[in-house]
Amino acid sequence: MKIEAQNLTYSVRGKTLLSDVSFVVEPGETLALVGPNGSGKSTLMRLLAGLARPVSGKVVIAGHPVSHLSRRQIAQRIAIVEQQADTAERVTARSVVELGRTPWLSALRPWRAEDTWQVDKALQTVEMADMAHREWATLSGGERQRLHIARALAQQPGLLLLDEPTNHLDIHHQLSILNCVRILKVTTVMALHDLNQAMACDRVAVLSKGRLVSLGPPEQALSLETVSEVFGVKAQWGFSAGGTERFLSYHLD
Amino acid sequence: MNEVAAIFRQGFKAACLTVPLLIAAVLAGAMIGETSLSPDLVLSVLANKLAGADLPVDPIDQGIIWSYRLPRALVAASCGAGLAVAGVVLQALLRNPLADPYILGISAGASTGAVAVTIAGLGGGVLSLSFGAFNGALLAFGFVALLARAAGAGGGRAATAQIVLAGIAGSQLFNALTAFVIAKSANADQARGIMFWLMGNLSGVRWPDVYLAVPVALAGWLICRFHARALDAFIFGSDSAASLGVPVRRVQATLIFATALTTAVMVSIVGSIGFVGLVIPHAARFLVGSGHRRLIPTAALIGAVFLIGADIVSRIIIPGQVLPIGVVTALIGAPAFAVILVRGQRSAR
Ligand SMILES: Nc1ncnc2c1ncn2[C@@H]1O[C@H](COP(=O)(O)OP(=O)(O)OP(=O)(O)O)[C@@H](O)[C@H]1O
Ligand SMILES: [Mg+2]
Repeated sequence: MKIEAQNLTYSVRGKTLLSDVSFVVEPGETLALVGPNGSGKSTLMRLLAGLARPVSGKVVIAGHPVSHLSRRQIAQRIAIVEQQADTAERVTARSVVELGRTPWLSALRPWRAEDTWQVDKALQTVEMADMAHREWATLSGGERQRLHIARALAQQPGLLLLDEPTNHLDIHHQLSILNCVRILKVTTVMALHDLNQAMACDRVAVLSKGRLVSLGPPEQALSLETVSEVFGVKAQWGFSAGGTERFLSYHLD
Repeated sequence: MNEVAAIFRQGFKAACLTVPLLIAAVLAGAMIGETSLSPDLVLSVLANKLAGADLPVDPIDQGIIWSYRLPRALVAASCGAGLAVAGVVLQALLRNPLADPYILGISAGASTGAVAVTIAGLGGGVLSLSFGAFNGALLAFGFVALLARAAGAGGGRAATAQIVLAGIAGSQLFNALTAFVIAKSANADQARGIMFWLMGNLSGVRWPDVYLAVPVALAGWLICRFHARALDAFIFGSDSAASLGVPVRRVQATLIFATALTTAVMVSIVGSIGFVGLVIPHAARFLVGSGHRRLIPTAALIGAVFLIGADIVSRIIIPGQVLPIGVVTALIGAPAFAVILVRGQRSAR
């Protein structure tokens, strides 16, 4: 699904957290959102998901303004994995993923075999199928994160919003989650801190102090000047030992 | 078609399990007391009254069973079920394991209302204690709801804390008002009577109370059961529920209002019986887990059976005297809760 942010401005108690952010993400595209702590990435995610209303501007998903859709209609189109979501309830891993089916169920549309299948598939995608019976409290941070992602996948969204999805994950699972998102063909916007992971996305948006300072293909959006200006580090391009893959290396000056 | 059949089959299975248990509990409530009566006798009375049979029964026994014990047992069941379900729902919505139906100021408000009518003489002796209690409960709930709103309990993480804090403020205020009225104008007898009522008392229950309590408990149960999936979605907070397509504000408003109303009705009939709304939900969760589709019916069943049992105990434990039922629920509930707490911790590890 295509998503458009049109001149989004958001403020809380007189403090402007986002000003005049506009961009379009094409169907199937993966957009990386990078920026320092407090630059507004999570806030932008919440606006895109319709969890907060912009002060001005609007979000349009597949041609429909999000503000015109019901919560249920939004949830059938957009799934979000937030930065922090924990529970003290005693629930199993599987039942957390089953929550992803909520927007598709109702009194007239009970749980079906198809729902079980979607849940199984999502669990397999994040490699958590053999831990499905485990209790939430007994899982590690990375395992919980993978379940949240599986829950979002079980929602069968047209747009996937991931706020630092690689948080808590070991290298193998970081790469496999990013890879699976790329293969999925679902439009994805994800906040990332690792600029080299952002390099692997179709396009990159750089946020700084609530403003969109650059947007484009990775090597263009993450120019060395932008990186040093926004993040306050000195950056340079390097090449992997094999020779062809470029990567950013950085250090404080 | 298969799915509909499956749902009916599940409902049927659940009913096969719960209905006999409930009936057995109600029958036990009718049999046991200061004078024990046989099951045959209870069944004969039921046949006489419900099916118009003409079996020979001692009219005094018939009176005890039909006019006193049966309504008592039925109201106890409704109350136990209503309070337990209210507890389950509030604990889920407020994401607070300490939430109980009285956290919204309802019990404090009810006692103020009861005191205002019986001691301060509001309404000139025409209004009943129940009427005063019901209105006091709603008044206090209104106060708490407004305060929570003013404190900005719109949405998000902080909102649930605001509701709990507003509830505590409301409860303190109304409890102080009650104490003030008692200190100012009650004599020792009145104060004692009020204390007795506050801890829960089923001895004044008659059939008209049944006609109020049973439908209210059923309606409350239905509304909450209908929202079971939405309640499940709250386990990661209200934002997460919203992102799963739950209309959070509407669900919160509907359910909080339904539980407040159920609780207010129950408290106005029997006083504020503590512990049921707090402990039964945890016991039920311990048995069937956190999924609300099973949790709500289970809590209702345990609550109903538990309160019938507590009522029986309150009648027979001290011969010739009735103990406030709240004392019994706390005396049984607290140790039971401790056991659940310890065992629950162990099995979670
Ligand atoms: N409710 C609020 N009231 C006031 N300020 C807020 C509120 N929510 C967020 N902020 C501020 O808005 C700014 C942006 O926050 P946001 O969570 O969007 O940052 P972020 O880019 O996701 O940061 P991080 O990399 O640390 O996750 C921060 O400075 C934060 O302090
Ligand atoms: Mg963030």
